[in-house]
Amino acid sequence: MAQSFEHSGTSWKGQKLKHQTSLIDRLDPRLRVIVVSVFALLVVLSDSFAVLSLGLVTAVAMAVLAQLNFKRTLRRVIAMDMFMIFLIVMLPFTTPGEALFSVAGFPASKEGFIHALKIALKANAVVFCLLALVGTMSATTLGHAMAHLRVPDKLVHLLLFTVRYLDVIGQEYKRMRRAMQARAFVMQANLHTWRSVGYLVGMLLVHSLERSERIMDAMKCRGYKGKFYLMDDMTLQRPDFFFMACCVPFFAVLFGLNFL
Amino acid sequence: METRGLTYRYPRRGVVLDEVDFKLEKGDKVALTGPNGAGKTTLLHLLVGLKKAKAGEVHAFGAVRQEEKEFVEVRARAGFLFQDPDDQLFCPTVLEDVAFGPLNLGKSRDEAMRIATEALESVGMAGFEERVTHQLSGGEKRMVTLASVLAMEPEVLLLDEPSNALDTKARWRLINILQSLPQAMIIISHDDDFLEHLANRWVRLEEAKLTEDRRLTTPDIAVAAAG
Repeated sequence: MAQSFEHSGTSWKGQKLKHQTSLIDRLDPRLRVIVVSVFALLVVLSDSFAVLSLGLVTAVAMAVLAQLNFKRTLRRVIAMDMFMIFLIVMLPFTTPGEALFSVAGFPASKEGFIHALKIALKANAVVFCLLALVGTMSATTLGHAMAHLRVPDKLVHLLLFTVRYLDVIGQEYKRMRRAMQARAFVMQANLHTWRSVGYLVGMLLVHSLERSERIMDAMKCRGYKGKFYLMDDMTLQRPDFFFMACCVPFFAVLFGLNFL
Repeated sequence: METRGLTYRYPRRGVVLDEVDFKLEKGDKVALTGPNGAGKTTLLHLLVGLKKAKAGEVHAFGAVRQEEKEFVEVRARAGFLFQDPDDQLFCPTVLEDVAFGPLNLGKSRDEAMRIATEALESVGMAGFEERVTHQLSGGEKRMVTLASVLAMEPEVLLLDEPSNALDTKARWRLINILQSLPQAMIIISHDDDFLEHLANRWVRLEEAKLTEDRRLTTPDIAVAAAG
């Protein structure tokens, strides 16, 4: 448990998903955020297999266009699929309807099976598209794009501070964890382990809280009055307009297919 | 900057400052020493109003300062360098962080950029503008935080253990830069050699009292051990 937490929880520093520079990188970050949002909304609200399949194919095509690193992308998609696997396995058995087959006396319904398939298609399409368009920018850029899009300041700051201090808190965790190991602490299934891990997590919270107070003090010392300033300008350029010109009809088709 | 009868106590630690009178004159480079937990950092925090004194007054830049509002100006004119650079560097890139202070002081964006670039140059960190703050080394982080304080063009510098965790080279660079600065400063440090190079006045905080004292800590312990 600790190993996996150490890896996934603390090694991300807000960097982008590994990829080679591609056409997608030239697009305005704001446009990418908007396109992903519209795409996700359309796909999630659609109910026809044609739309969902087309969505998934487009999303994968986007991922190819964005030159995503195959292995790392797959790892992330599988991580997401793992979350849903129980749902997808359970749905045919819990939805009432026409029995397709049965396992150990429990009938699996056709309706449930179709429902599960749709959910899997929707989720994968959205994740591929997200990775291709938003995953290819750093978290900081995403934060700035959100700020330019008039997302509430508090949310943007939350994102930016998380990116900045996740690593610091992760380092703190690793330091304490190593100090425990240096004193021959081994995780076991006993009360001592539970108590020690509890102390560790509690201490981490206390340290984080104290650090946040110090950061606030440091910001006050430099004249902070509750306002952040964005240093970059984002302007739409020719590739952006071209991309928009492609997206709008495509979205219209996606939407229209639902009514055929 | 001046304090009169400044008193502070923590709920559990008890009194850490007991009617402290202290005056920082122009050109003073004060070394503030004292044992761990003596309240050195607390004293600096009180000077810029990050903590509220239980009794006594803080005079700064020609006025008594009591309310949070009054301290805003003090903070703009007194540069505070924190013990841990990670507390101070919160922006993603170096340039944004150094420009944060000037922007807060109402400078335009171009002006803030120019000031930030100059400040980075003055501490020998030109070319680091676009670097990501949390990927810097300890020494680089220290220099960037110093630049971010200097970018506000402070009249007084309050330095809380600036030489902490610096390697020999970074430490010497810091000494050279600080020696060249004209501002009056208060330096908290346990590094006597570091202070030797910078201070022209020595102050010791012990048992909640402040005394003008040039005595070094090390001989004391040696005598105690021998005795």
